[in-house]
Amino acid sequence: MLSGYAGRILDVDLGSKQFTVKPLPERLAREYLGGRGFVSRTLFDEIEPGADPLGPKNVLIMASGPLTGVFLPCSSKVEFGAKSPATGGYGDSNMGGHIGSELKYAGYDMIIIRGQSQSPCYLYIDDDRVEIKDASDLWGKGAIETETALKARLGDEFQIATIGVAGENLVKIACISHDFGRQAGRTGIGAVMGSKKLKAIAVHGTKGVPLADPAKVLEVGKNKFRALFAKPGFKEWTPYGTAGITDWVNEVGSFPTRNFSTGYLEGYEAINGKAVREKILVLDKGCFCCAIPCGKYSHTRVNGREAYVEGPEYETVALIGGNCMLSKVEEVAYANYVMDELGIDTISGGGVVAFAIECFERGIISESDLGRAVRFGDVDSVVHIANLVAKREGIGDVLAEGVRTASAKLGRGSEKFAMHVKGLEISGYEPRNTPAMLLAYMTCDVGAHHNRAWAITYDIAVGREKLEGKAAKVIELQHVRPVLDMVGACRFPWIEVGFELEHYPEIINAVTGFSHTWETLSAIGERVWNLNRCFNIREIPDFGRKYDYPPARIYEEDIPSGPTKGKHITLEQIEALLDEYYDLRGWTRDGKPKAEKLAALGLEEEARACGMV
Amino acid sequence: MKLGVKDELCSGCKICQTICSLTLFDVCNPKRSALKIVGHFPAPGRYEVVTCDQCGDCAEVCPVEAIKLENGVYKIDRDECTGCGACVDACPKGAMILWRGDDVPIKCTLCGACMEFCPRGALYDADKPSEQAGVA
Repeated sequence: MLSGYAGRILDVDLGSKQFTVKPLPERLAREYLGGRGFVSRTLFDEIEPGADPLGPKNVLIMASGPLTGVFLPCSSKVEFGAKSPATGGYGDSNMGGHIGSELKYAGYDMIIIRGQSQSPCYLYIDDDRVEIKDASDLWGKGAIETETALKARLGDEFQIATIGVAGENLVKIACISHDFGRQAGRTGIGAVMGSKKLKAIAVHGTKGVPLADPAKVLEVGKNKFRALFAKPGFKEWTPYGTAGITDWVNEVGSFPTRNFSTGYLEGYEAINGKAVREKILVLDKGCFCCAIPCGKYSHTRVNGREAYVEGPEYETVALIGGNCMLSKVEEVAYANYVMDELGIDTISGGGVVAFAIECFERGIISESDLGRAVRFGDVDSVVHIANLVAKREGIGDVLAEGVRTASAKLGRGSEKFAMHVKGLEISGYEPRNTPAMLLAYMTCDVGAHHNRAWAITYDIAVGREKLEGKAAKVIELQHVRPVLDMVGACRFPWIEVGFELEHYPEIINAVTGFSHTWETLSAIGERVWNLNRCFNIREIPDFGRKYDYPPARIYEEDIPSGPTKGKHITLEQIEALLDEYYDLRGWTRDGKPKAEKLAALGLEEEARACGMV
Repeated sequence: MKLGVKDELCSGCKICQTICSLTLFDVCNPKRSALKIVGHFPAPGRYEVVTCDQCGDCAEVCPVEAIKLENGVYKIDRDECTGCGACVDACPKGAMILWRGDDVPIKCTLCGACMEFCPRGALYDADKPSEQAGVA
């Protein structure tokens, strides 16, 4: 009997409108923990090779971890996964809020969603009652609007995950939204939901989480909360949340500004964490069992328009604020609201909008393509382009494919400043003078995302010009950090508040009864990392080293202003970083795991499936 | 000890409900706890914390006198409770909680666990307001 797991998987086919409930295999729990681990294993096993990411054979996963919903610090996380429409490879994205815990309370660790519905629907789960209900009246509505409508219909105790019109329109930067401001933003996961005509997932559960030793979990939970309360960051970090880091990122010259053309925004103080708190904050809003709520629920007014919106958190400040050069926090928050309602990831959204504005400035796209002139620093331009993209109107239909595909269609040198890796737009750190952070973006399984290895702090700590040791650090982080995404815990107690990683084996063991150390947990991290690499090799025909490079702006252009003025990494340095990274990983110089490495990780069959043996 | 509530500080995290269920019932299940949190979103953007203030209206309406006052706290004797629901209807704060798995309502025993671990100071001991743990 597993402890900390609901013990069941809900397997739904939207095409036939049938579902089954099956037991969670103990081996899956032991070898892959949960969350991101379940997604990784299940996508590899359940998706037919070569499946169209937006076709009926793609599989959408929603997976909690053993800590999700349990009395422990910041144990809210749930992972969504699918073959990514943005990259064509492995895709996942997680969110906090309260829907992961609710899923566990309803009695499911994971939902597997297959097929495609003929007409708009939503998945209704109330403990053992599961129904595929009509959502025709919700189709075309915004994400916030849909959540509000479903809460009114079903009751506040239902937790809702939904898409906006961007997901419906198969926009490849569409997100899944929840709890009026939490998003599984990345990898175009919202478009997968849209392709299945699945407008929402509504969950209500009353069963709790099965635990072998609840008294022990209560005791460990109390001790861990006390340890977190005692950290200075508990009181110092929380008031500004993630946006509090805006100042530091500018001071080190790594703030994405003007479509990543520079690393410093003049006047960033007007859009930082302090500005959020002092000018627009309504409420500190937290996820399940969060003692350090980073959610800065806000109310903003811009030119007579007003909106309630959660955030802007740091990534949104960076990509909508810095990258589109908005100069007031109210404007950043308003554009954040527009993208949230449309159901666009604010990271990729900010990247796509900034790319479009730069294309317009350079004459690559015209006023008639866009329907109006656009410029950096103008909130109306941002809102206008976001709407074109979400509705696929005019040039928005091209931009909706993401900057990689858009630049390939538009040409004229735009590939150089299409800021992505593997088709996923770069998140909030300008990496030309932070080699470890750059390598983390280059080698991340889902594309240029910061959450696998937030290595920028290591660059600054040990010397940003230095290359030695950077590949090893990135690999270490890529194994450790995703473990938190597997067990269902938020990374902020560790990353932001200094709650030591050493707490986690004790926490995980108290809940599951397993006997993990960081050594065994990291080994699972490595297995998942290699399995995802295999998935990319299987699904992307010419996948290999060439998919691990950043756009040329990174290695050809000096940073023109700010503290890192005059700096940029060279292509030779990038080659050296990749060589070292592959060597340390036991991969070939073309970036493919060697058969002996996969065998050592227990992935022999996968090696065969990918033609590597 | 007196359970004080400041709704405006609540971040909606449900630590209170979760620790309540573990303390009262030895289960990890916020739905089986003696308080609840209601969200009001997107506007005006706040949480409402529904708690018992030991007013005793529940005891007054109980037809079998299953709710008894002990040291300033009203407690349900589950052996005597018939599950009629009169107390649930009578509670002016909606703080007699019904959980799907049981006929007997759940009522606050003023154990203090929620106020000790509320990280926001939204729940606190109104007799000792200076000792609240929260950051806010």
